[in-house]
Amino acid sequence: MERIYLDYAATTPTHPEVVKAMQPYFYDKFGNASSLYSFGQEAKAALEESRQKVADFIGAKPEEIVFTSGGSESNNTALKGVAFALRGKGNRIITSVVEHHAVGEPGKFLAKEGFEIITLPVDSNGLVDPDAVRKALNDKTILVSIMHANNEIGTIQPITEMGRICREKGVLFHTDAVQAVGHLPTMVSELTVDLLSASGHKFYGPKGVGFLYIRRGTKIKPLIQGGDQERRFRAGTENTAGIVGLAKAVEIAAVEMEEEGKKLTQLRDALIKGILKAVPDSRLNGHPAQRLPNNVNISFAYVEGESMLLNLDLEGIAVSTGSACTSSSLEPSSVLLAIGLPAESAHGSIRFTLGKWTTQAHVDRVLDIFPKIVAKLRAMSPLYPGDK
Amino acid sequence: MAETPFPYSETVMDHFRNPRNVGVMENPSGVGKVGNPICGDVMELFIKVENNIITDTRFRTFGCGAAIATSSMVTELVKGKSLEEALKISNKAVAEALGGLPPIKMHCSVLAEEALKAAIDDYRKKQTVK
Repeated sequence: MERIYLDYAATTPTHPEVVKAMQPYFYDKFGNASSLYSFGQEAKAALEESRQKVADFIGAKPEEIVFTSGGSESNNTALKGVAFALRGKGNRIITSVVEHHAVGEPGKFLAKEGFEIITLPVDSNGLVDPDAVRKALNDKTILVSIMHANNEIGTIQPITEMGRICREKGVLFHTDAVQAVGHLPTMVSELTVDLLSASGHKFYGPKGVGFLYIRRGTKIKPLIQGGDQERRFRAGTENTAGIVGLAKAVEIAAVEMEEEGKKLTQLRDALIKGILKAVPDSRLNGHPAQRLPNNVNISFAYVEGESMLLNLDLEGIAVSTGSACTSSSLEPSSVLLAIGLPAESAHGSIRFTLGKWTTQAHVDRVLDIFPKIVAKLRAMSPLYPGDK
Repeated sequence: MAETPFPYSETVMDHFRNPRNVGVMENPSGVGKVGNPICGDVMELFIKVENNIITDTRFRTFGCGAAIATSSMVTELVKGKSLEEALKISNKAVAEALGGLPPIKMHCSVLAEEALKAAIDDYRKKQTVK
């Protein structure tokens, strides 16, 4: 049975060319970039070349790129780093209810440290209202952090609009662009952001590496101390192989992103249309148009997410769910609740995320199998009122 | 987004793939319905009782893999048992019969036990009314 991977938002396969680019940096060019001799200097050269490539990709200067271990570290650094650097100036941080936990949890941590965290709501499509950002700003506001594109429902926020509001008021603006970088245009001058988080493995790079864009002049404290690496913004021997891989992924994205986006949008829309047509009592979650080219998130009444996920897995199809039953808490996805879904619908949601190696044949196979799975589970659901 | 599921035992997966005694029973002796859709699981258990013995069972479940498997297992465990014996079946016994459940899924076995008790309760109430 051919396995079909439709969880690209969770992680992507590392592109074979990325693996190839990384290969020399494990054994032949293993040096520590901080060392003065040639072993170190070839690692240093690779590091700085990679930094330049990443900077070019988002329209930044190389010295504005700090390599990290990934999206979570970038987000933690942005929030805590700015909060502690600007503590004397104010204590208000504005964020939204649909942020990834890697922003939400640092927010909770900072709330305990005396910061005031304003969590903005979203509309039924998952959009934050830029006007709400404007209204929440006060003279104590030190940071606004709104994600670029949502990992669960794919909704793309009006980042530029919010960025301009913040810039005009002189407030730092961070965006968690983990789901966007490598998939959507993310030029920092266009977005008008001061900080931007990205993760390698979300766009065919390796796991364990990401970056944080820090606009020149932004006041920020490091999260990890103990060395002069990354211009003292991030201590620790650089992950040379990972960083080279990340840069290769960026190079590939620069060439393929646009075409891939078009292809995925078509496949996405075929999958959405096909499922909504074949399965009664189903609804699309997230913005119908302003959404990631690869994201499909649908709720199915009367059935629970994990049981759909397991049935798909038995057919070799890998997806994700917003159901509580696959998390350690009993609460369903907070993002789905935030867009106004009743809890029982949130429990019955499935996320399909497509990627570079997704084909029309994969979509066809899901459309063939999935309605039968839902029908089978509905037949055994005490909530199901029967066929209409 | 939620993480992928935990490893289920082979028995759990067997009962999930091929649940026993699924469906609605015509003229059941007792019905127990427990759980809440808001919490993500609802179990409905039907029993047929003859001479104090549970002779047949059916169930319908809205819930995760563990919820479906525990419902299926409890319908098998109680068949042929007297009501007194059936009431002694604990959630742990259901979980053990399934080859164990991941800790965070133990509440599913509790739900199965509650559904069974509710069905027996329902039967007994109907008896007193008569």
